[in-house]
Amino acid sequence: MLSSLATVLFDGFAYGMLLFLLSVGLSVTLGMMNFVNLAHCSFAMVGGYATVTLVNSFGWPFLATLPMAFLAGGFISILLERTLYRHLYRSSDLDQCLLTIGIVFVSVAAFAWLYTSEQQSARPPEWLRGRIELFGVNFATYRLFLIVFGLAVTAMLVLLLERTRFGAKVRAAVDNQRMARGLGIDVDRAFMLTFALGGGLAGLGGALAIEVVGLDPTFALAYLVYVLIVVAVGGLGSIGGSFAAAVVLGISDMAGKYYFPWLGAFLIYLVMVALLMWRPAGLFGKR
Amino acid sequence: MESANRHFSEKVRWRWLEVAFWLCTLLPFVVTPSYLSLASQIAITALFALSLDLILGYAGIVSLGHAAFFGVGAYSAGLLAKHYWGEPLAGLVVAAVAAGIAGYAMSHIVVRFRHLALIMLTLGLGLLLHEAANSASGLTGGADGLQGVRVGTLFGFKFDMFGRTAYAYSLAVLFVCFLVSRRIIHSPFGLALRGIRENATRMPAIGAPSRAHLRKAYTIAAVIAGIAGALLTHTTSTVSLEVLSFQRSADVLVILILGGAGRLYGGIIGAVIYMVARDQFSGINPQFWYFWIGLLLVMVVMFLPNGILGGLSRFFPPKT
Repeated sequence: MLSSLATVLFDGFAYGMLLFLLSVGLSVTLGMMNFVNLAHCSFAMVGGYATVTLVNSFGWPFLATLPMAFLAGGFISILLERTLYRHLYRSSDLDQCLLTIGIVFVSVAAFAWLYTSEQQSARPPEWLRGRIELFGVNFATYRLFLIVFGLAVTAMLVLLLERTRFGAKVRAAVDNQRMARGLGIDVDRAFMLTFALGGGLAGLGGALAIEVVGLDPTFALAYLVYVLIVVAVGGLGSIGGSFAAAVVLGISDMAGKYYFPWLGAFLIYLVMVALLMWRPAGLFGKR
Repeated sequence: MESANRHFSEKVRWRWLEVAFWLCTLLPFVVTPSYLSLASQIAITALFALSLDLILGYAGIVSLGHAAFFGVGAYSAGLLAKHYWGEPLAGLVVAAVAAGIAGYAMSHIVVRFRHLALIMLTLGLGLLLHEAANSASGLTGGADGLQGVRVGTLFGFKFDMFGRTAYAYSLAVLFVCFLVSRRIIHSPFGLALRGIRENATRMPAIGAPSRAHLRKAYTIAAVIAGIAGALLTHTTSTVSLEVLSFQRSADVLVILILGGAGRLYGGIIGAVIYMVARDQFSGINPQFWYFWIGLLLVMVVMFLPNGILGGLSRFFPPKT
């Protein structure tokens, strides 16, 4: 019992790290521009497929493809931001929603055409695929790697936002966009860079997710709900909130699958609706 | 007061184009008799889009989970026909009541939120219901769908494979619901809804009970969606889990946006174009079909913000 609890906590924490990588970009960009980007998981999918292609067709080592997944996610997000999104910053939520759902549909179909709708895999190196035994409990090495990696990325993000000039600009824009503009901060540029960074992190998350949840073209829709839950619960524009929400969601999802498998995804949706009704601005949200 | 009355009575008057449009809906009986089942599917989809138009186009409530009410209507009509009573009109009433109750209950939640929280709540509630119907396979048949729905005759006419009865039935129900919606839109209540859509803070300030209005509109829309769901059950004699899916909510949104939201005929025109196109391209894999739908959505949002009817009306300015 205790060891199963430890496994659930550990696996759930690793899963939460993955969800954090997938959603932190959306949380920050939503906080800055209030742009409802439902296509965020499509960026993650681009990163995931970049890794699959590099590993399987070009024989790259798995770890070397991760920066490429980051770049791919960042590139596609900057491309879409410049061509489509920026025309709709002042439009209604509905228009933003429709545009980005359209992009999700296009991306799902495009990847199904390019890679078929089968599950893809990209093998990580041998030393990441074993298990380690600690205090009589088995831990998967890959999940341990996920946790370390996720924590490192979080630390870097916090440093970037709290300690650099760029971070100060981003925080100012999240807090009060008009005031930030008035002070001469180039909010559009800061937003573009944040958007690219968020897309890149999503791409990284998509690449890392292959080994845990697999990758097929429906990824963009299937994980959208999870990402939205993290953003909704964590509150817009808050890295700490996203982190906490992702970990809680990861662990509760794992526990739900382990202890109440017959409920399926019902439990997660129920938690999401209840939390939204209780605190519409998120647990840690300011607005 | 008199000028207000004149305003409403002028709006209510039927125009020749409208009469011609409804006469055209009778054409499939003579021109394309082999496509009558498709025509009845179009009528059902148009009715569903009309119900979404009432809350999205007129009251400004964005919903990504409108299939919930369609599904409630479809399942309650199906369960009634399977276990108790196969007569379709009774099924319509039961579905309308069930969807209305669900809509009234949900309206209390929905009207309190706006923006992102609203979008996510409607999405979450829709997914929740879908998952619940999937889990309760004893009642709903789960992923296999509800089997053994036996629909009785309608005034002595049987639902056959040619779809004559099905189309006549769907079209009649669509027309009645359209008349009701048209009356609602052109009433002072409908004007108040548009006021709330345009400025949600000013309407309460001039004394309109905003939330009560929105709740009412939401319930009416749920009733119509439930009726559309029941029509689908009656004309196809089966209920699948798909009636509650996110895909269906997204489809109807696409249809309405394509045709033009906030116009009574937007959903109907959108449904005709969408369903005919899907029928023509049914040879291609449905996955690739969504590529074009996605592209179309992007195009409409970027270049045709008021849908096809909105684009057309630029060439035909309304008479003053």
